[in-house]
Amino acid sequence: MADVSQVERRDLQSAATSHRGDRVFTRTVTGAAFTSLAVLAGIAIFLGIQSIPAFQTQGLSFLTTTGWDINTDPPTVGIFGMLYGSVLLAFIGLVIAVPAAVLLAVFMVFISPPRLSRVLTNLIDLMAAIPSVILGLWAFYILNPTAEQWQVLLNKYLGWIPIFENTSGNFLGTPFIAGFVLAIMMIPIITAVTREVLSRTPPDLINASEALGCSLWTMLRYVALPYGRGGIVGGIMLGLGRALGETIAVFFVLKIVFETNWDKIIESGGGSVATLIVSRFGEVSGPLELQLLLAAGFFLFIMTLIVNVVANLIVSRTGRLQK
Amino acid sequence: MSTTEYEGVMELDIEGIEQSALHQVGPTEMETRDLSVWFGHRKVLEGVNISFPKQTVTALIGPSGCGKSTFIRTLNRLHELIPGAALAGAVLYEGQDIYDGDVDPVHIRLKIGMVFQKPNPFPSMTIRGNVLSGLKLSGMKRDNHDDIVEQTLTAAGLWNEVKDRLGNAAGDLSGGQQQRLVIARALAVQPHVLLMDEPCSALDPASTLKIEETIRELSKEVTIIIVTHNMQQAVRVSDYTAFFLAEEGSPGHVVEQGATTEIFGNPQEQRTLDYVNGRFG
Repeated sequence: MADVSQVERRDLQSAATSHRGDRVFTRTVTGAAFTSLAVLAGIAIFLGIQSIPAFQTQGLSFLTTTGWDINTDPPTVGIFGMLYGSVLLAFIGLVIAVPAAVLLAVFMVFISPPRLSRVLTNLIDLMAAIPSVILGLWAFYILNPTAEQWQVLLNKYLGWIPIFENTSGNFLGTPFIAGFVLAIMMIPIITAVTREVLSRTPPDLINASEALGCSLWTMLRYVALPYGRGGIVGGIMLGLGRALGETIAVFFVLKIVFETNWDKIIESGGGSVATLIVSRFGEVSGPLELQLLLAAGFFLFIMTLIVNVVANLIVSRTGRLQK
Repeated sequence: MSTTEYEGVMELDIEGIEQSALHQVGPTEMETRDLSVWFGHRKVLEGVNISFPKQTVTALIGPSGCGKSTFIRTLNRLHELIPGAALAGAVLYEGQDIYDGDVDPVHIRLKIGMVFQKPNPFPSMTIRGNVLSGLKLSGMKRDNHDDIVEQTLTAAGLWNEVKDRLGNAAGDLSGGQQQRLVIARALAVQPHVLLMDEPCSALDPASTLKIEETIRELSKEVTIIIVTHNMQQAVRVSDYTAFFLAEEGSPGHVVEQGATTEIFGNPQEQRTLDYVNGRFG
C-alpha cells in the first residue's frame, strides 16, 4: 500500500486542464480577454499622451474654466462648461428616462398579458436599434419645434422655479431638448435591463408578499424593486454611459455655446464634451487645437470610466447585501 | 385577540397529543361548499365540501397532483392570482363567502395567513424586519413592535435561538429556523387561520419536530390547515384529516374525511386504507 501512494503534495491545477483541446481553448479565450484590455489601455495611453500639451499650455485652467479662443497665444481654452454640460444633459435624460423605463418594465413584467409584453419587448429592442443620426434628424425637425411649445408652457406656469427661467424668449436648442433626446436613447437600455431583473424576482418572495396581504404597489416597493435594485442601477449606469458619450443626436438639437449653462435648462444654448469635439474637429486650426480636442476626449473617457466603476461598485454591493 | 395569548408555548407535552387529538367539535371557522376549481379549461378539483372547526388542525393528505395545494390556495384567494384561474361553489369564512364581490382579498389574506413549502423570508430584511414585514406590507397598524417580535417568535419556537441577533439578515438562519421565522411573520398580523403547504418537506427531522410542536401549540389560538405528504406527521399534528385523490383523467376530490384517528385507524374506504398504509401515492 505505502509504496503505491505518493506522499508529496501534488498540484492538481495543471492536471485539470491536461486535455489538449481544453488547453487550446483556454489560451484562445485568455488571449481574447487580454486583447480587449490591451485595446482599452492603448486608447487611454494614446489620449493621455496627446493631452500632455494641453496641460502644458493651459495648466489646470483647462479643466476649471470655460471658453475656446484659439487665436490668442497661447490659446485660452477650458472645457469645464462642456464637462459640466455632459453631466447636465445626461442628468436631464435620466430624470425623464428612469421613471418611464422602470414603469414600462413593471408594466411588462407584472401587469400586461404575456403576449403584449412580448410585442413590447421587440418594439423596445427596435427602439434601441435606431441609429442616433436618424434620431438626431427626427429631433431636429420634429421634436425641436414641438418641445418648444412644452417649454413655453413650463416657463409660463413653473417659471418661478429657477431651472425653468427663460429670459431670452428663445426655446430652441435647449439642454432640455437635448436631454429629452438622450432619454429616448436611454429608455430601451434601462427598460430591457429592468425588465430582465424584475422578471427574476423569486416566485417564493412574490408568494410570501401576496400571502401577507400585499398590494401590487407594496410588493413592488418592498420586494421586487429592492431585490432588483442592483441590476436596475446597473441598467441606469449603462444608459448613462451611452448618454455621456452621445454626440451626433445632441449635436443636431443643441445650440453649442462656449460658456457654462449651470441650470437654465429651457434656455437656448449649452454644450457637452462630445459635441465640442465634433463641432471643432472639421475646422481645426492646427496640431495644437487637435491636441486640445483630444485632451477633452481624454477627460470624457475618464468620466465615463468613473461612471462605470461606480456602477460596478453599486451593483456588487447590492448583490452582496441580497445574499 | 391579544398577543399575550402566545406566551408559554415552549413547554409541550408530546405524550399529551394523543388525548388532545380530538377536540370537542366547536364552531366552524371555515368551510367549503361544492368547491370546484379550474386552471383554464382543466378542472383540477370537484365538489369539495370540508369544514374546519375553530382552533383545530386539519391535515390534507393525498398523492401528488390531487389538488391539495390548489385547494389550500383557494382558501386565502391566492389561486386567483394565476392566469386562467376559475372556481365554482363557495369558501365560507366566518359565514361569509370570501369570493363575494364586496370582499377585499387583502383583508382575507391577513385573516388567513399562509406558510409555504420552501421557507421564504425576505432575504434583504433583518430577522426583526421579517417578523414585522406583514404589518409594513399591508399597512396594518399595531403598537409595541418589540412585544410583537418577541411574542410571535416565541410562539414559533424561535425566540431563544435568535433573541440576541434580531438585527441579522434572515438569510443567515438555517432552513428550519427560516421556516419558523416565516411562521412568526404570518402570526404578526394576527390571523385566525393559518394555511401550511407542506411546511416541513424541505426540512430535516429535528426542524420538522420543532415545527410540529409549534403547530400543536398554535392550534390553541388559530385554526390550522396543513397539507402534508408525511402520514406520521398527519397523525402527530392533526385533529381531522381529509383524503384527496385524483383518479386517472378526473379532477381531484375528497374520498374520505373525518377525525384523524378514524381516517388512520378505521377508514371506511378501501382507497383510504391503501393510501394511509403506503400502498400507493
